[in-house]
Amino acid sequence: MKVDFEVNGRAVSVDVTPRMTLADCLRHELNLTGTHIGCEHGVCGACTVIVNGDAVRSCLMLAVQAKGAEVTTVEGLSLEEGLTPLQEAFKRHHGLQCGFCTPGMLTTLHALLSEEPEASEERIRDVISGNLCRCTGYIPIIEAAMDARAAYQQARGDK
Amino acid sequence: MKLPHFEYEAPASLDEAVALLVAGDGSARPIAGGQSFVPVMAFRLAEPSMLVDLRNIPGLDKIEITDAGVRIGAMVRWRDVLDDARLVEALPLLPAAIDHVAHYQIRNRGTVGGSLAHADPAAEMPTIALTCDAVLEVVGSKGQRSVKAADLFMGPLMTSLESDEIITSVLLPAWPADRRWAFQEFARRRGDFALAGIALFYDEDASGAAHNVHIGAISVGDTPLRLAKAEAVLNGRKIDEAAIAEAAAAASAEVDPSGDIHASARYRKSLVGTLLSRALQGAANRKAK
Repeated sequence: MKVDFEVNGRAVSVDVTPRMTLADCLRHELNLTGTHIGCEHGVCGACTVIVNGDAVRSCLMLAVQAKGAEVTTVEGLSLEEGLTPLQEAFKRHHGLQCGFCTPGMLTTLHALLSEEPEASEERIRDVISGNLCRCTGYIPIIEAAMDARAAYQQARGDK
Repeated sequence: MKLPHFEYEAPASLDEAVALLVAGDGSARPIAGGQSFVPVMAFRLAEPSMLVDLRNIPGLDKIEITDAGVRIGAMVRWRDVLDDARLVEALPLLPAAIDHVAHYQIRNRGTVGGSLAHADPAAEMPTIALTCDAVLEVVGSKGQRSVKAADLFMGPLMTSLESDEIITSVLLPAWPADRRWAFQEFARRRGDFALAGIALFYDEDASGAAHNVHIGAISVGDTPLRLAKAEAVLNGRKIDEAAIAEAAAAASAEVDPSGDIHASARYRKSLVGTLLSRALQGAANRKAK
């Protein structure tokens, strides 16, 4: 089936079978391999992307269901000129080791902080409880997210 | 795991959706948010010939609050329930329970109707529907009908719905402002499937005695359960320490959960009593409005 949608601000048109997940479509049809696939049944959170502003698991969404949607992957969060404040904070706080969970962490936290730049530590902990990380022990990720809040608060203030 | 092959349609009306299900003759399945059904397909617990996606059908995503109660459209997402500040007054048990549903990303797509149709005894919404005497509206090839939640759940992932029927909404009856209630759930990580859970409410008469006691249990049977024996212990009684202890013992005795890798049957039996006792203490201590 032919499906038109937008990925990271770019219009795309793919021809996919209905059984293809959005995660596989991004990786195999669009070569956006920043989205990682861990469990393929909605448990690990590694494949999180942002669809119409909401963080969703791209392994639990079919590519055909993305018709007309605006999808943002971890590639779409980066800037030409360098790291974003959230990425900087991950680097500063050692919020990643092997990096497998990192795309899901970044997309999840970007969706959260864009909507709730004042999110409390408790809220951040609750939200990333849906993203498995086997290296960091989560604490550096939470510290990075707390640190990055200021940039999101400022971005909201600038609007 | 990759999904099995299936055809896909996303019709714009209920009539078309029902027609597609009829044409599928039992092998076509409706899909709402897909947060449970996609894994079900990944594990090959279901291999439908066609998915009929309900996402383009208008009118299924509303939460309406009337004198009759709270009517929730089948395509209302968990996130919509939690974002609707009116529900905290209109039906406080609902957002308290839904707060335990899965994780952030899942709550952005998972739906009320999908969870009811999925009929997972470990899920929150089926037990809330059963506990609150909810009535579902469903539409199928024989037209529209109402189904009581008590008549819906037949077994794990099994409902009494026909293969061409689609849930359109669920009505949770009106909730008196001074009703006492509590929700308790235990999972190893917040958002994971409950090892056990309790949803409860009761009304108090002028003398302070409880009546109309409704106790629902999660994850301790093949379907969501009402704990009739524990309810009988409490009806007409003041909720004091002795009543709580007696009800908790009755609850543990009346459930017959199976054990699995996450918790033994004996542990779950014990947990039901503990959670009911915490819920009753919470409900009794909650300040009446």
